[in-house]
Amino acid sequence: MAEREQVRKPAPARREEEVTEAPATSDSAEKIKAELDDLLDEIDEVLESNAEDFVKSYIQKGGE
Amino acid sequence: MAIPKTLGIETEFGIWHRGTDESNHIAASSLLINAYLYELSGSGGAKPKVGWDFEDESPANDARGYTPLDALPPEVETHLVNAVLTNGARYYVDHAHPELSTPECADALSVVRFDKSAELIVQRSMNAARKILPPGQELVVYKNNSDGKGNSYGCHENYLMDRHTPFGRIVTHATAHFVSRQIFTGAGKVGTEAHGLTAADVPFQLTQRADFFEEEVGLETTLKRPIINTRDEPHADPQKYRRLHVIVGDANLSEVATFLKVGTTAFVLTMVEDDFLPRDFVLAAPVQALRQVSYDLTLGLPLRLADGTTVTALDMQWELYEQARKYADERGTENVGGDVALAVLDRWESVLGVLEDDPMKLSDQIDWVAKYHLVTAYRERHGIGWDDARLQAIDLQYHDMRPDKSLFKRLPMQRLVDDDAVRSGTYDPPVDTRAYFRGECLRRWPDDIVAANWDSLVFDIGVEPLRRVPMMEPLRGTKAHVGALFDSCRTPAELLDRLSS
Repeated sequence: MAEREQVRKPAPARREEEVTEAPATSDSAEKIKAELDDLLDEIDEVLESNAEDFVKSYIQKGGE
Repeated sequence: MAIPKTLGIETEFGIWHRGTDESNHIAASSLLINAYLYELSGSGGAKPKVGWDFEDESPANDARGYTPLDALPPEVETHLVNAVLTNGARYYVDHAHPELSTPECADALSVVRFDKSAELIVQRSMNAARKILPPGQELVVYKNNSDGKGNSYGCHENYLMDRHTPFGRIVTHATAHFVSRQIFTGAGKVGTEAHGLTAADVPFQLTQRADFFEEEVGLETTLKRPIINTRDEPHADPQKYRRLHVIVGDANLSEVATFLKVGTTAFVLTMVEDDFLPRDFVLAAPVQALRQVSYDLTLGLPLRLADGTTVTALDMQWELYEQARKYADERGTENVGGDVALAVLDRWESVLGVLEDDPMKLSDQIDWVAKYHLVTAYRERHGIGWDDARLQAIDLQYHDMRPDKSLFKRLPMQRLVDDDAVRSGTYDPPVDTRAYFRGECLRRWPDDIVAANWDSLVFDIGVEPLRRVPMMEPLRGTKAHVGALFDSCRTPAELLDRLSS
């Protein structure tokens, strides 16, 4: 796509800076995955017991 | 010419009175707020009994300078509970929802703080209501934007702008930004509520709100919702200012998402004021594009522009980011929140980089990714289809304001503000906008103020007539301006004397 070339990507220096400054996104990926397993156990416990009724009962009026 | 972006967010919450068969959302919303106010008055704190003053409400005024005959401007409801808090916020019933408007903030981080303080106020309100309600009943509040059945309620943003900026220029650039920013502002939704589509067509989408927008520009907020809302109600000097009232966004739970939503938009609008953007992204079909972006989890869908070319949402954001970085380098950040604006740029850049690489790595920063992560993992574990009610239940419960039920609270999300700041933000106003003057007056002299609104306070000091103090400049009345004045005045009468001398 021609448009892509028009979009100026950040300068390399800036991108490197980002890697060191960004809060360990990739490092935490594995950890997040492990935590997710625990979380799924927890969700089964905390999730509204009758999901279908719960979802049906949640009715709102339009707002704004 | 760009002016400093005073900012704020107004959130309409979903509410459910559990344990009864009746569902009167207005009564439930009133009860929720009154329970909170009642508890505050009993705790020895300043009583927020001050009513809202509707003097300056004119939601039917149109920024385009006319009101279309078929437009249905929102009605101002004056009879429902409507409180002003000592943090400068407004807590009230709007339509059939509890709504909380943050005080005016001077930067995106301050907005994040007061948005989280609003959540804490809502949690305290639910607890207070539980004490009043019969056993087995409770009010449950959700910070989302849809009930999954086609009923939507909003999370609106407000940005102070220079009145002299041509409205058409705002429309062009803001539309491009609102369509493309969804890739990091979306709160995520299981399924779709758009007419004619089912979960088979759209199993999951980036945003809560895209399904509900039908127009490009307009005055309505409840029907035929427009991407650009033209409500022209500056709540400030109307000769100098415009308040851009943004209705298209999702309510975010992620602090990073709120930070970027408000911070990037402040940059785009400031660049529009200074006519800094070299290129217009005029979308061929903005309403369609809004949904296309929301439905496209690959973030790679080409969007048609009016000039016949195409561009992806991610590329639009890269260009806006690059221009914003250039703007900050060349013209400074005083109109976009000072040093906070530099943090916005860094976060904007890093989030776009990860979105380009692998969006799933943002599950601790961006709401839609966090929710998508959750529902896909849950699906895999239980081997269920996208139409399983449990996935919609997870979607709803992600937004549950009860800490013990909230799924969001269980996620290891990155934080930008600490708990102490969030707690103090439930009663202390920001020090760097006129909200400081409003909040301090209410804290010191709640019995002497009969009404308050965004741009004035009305005092009753026992002598006729009532005295209205106008606050037409959102950045006057800060602690730097009036902190010493407060310290030297023991009574509101003294304050009024000093103000008028």
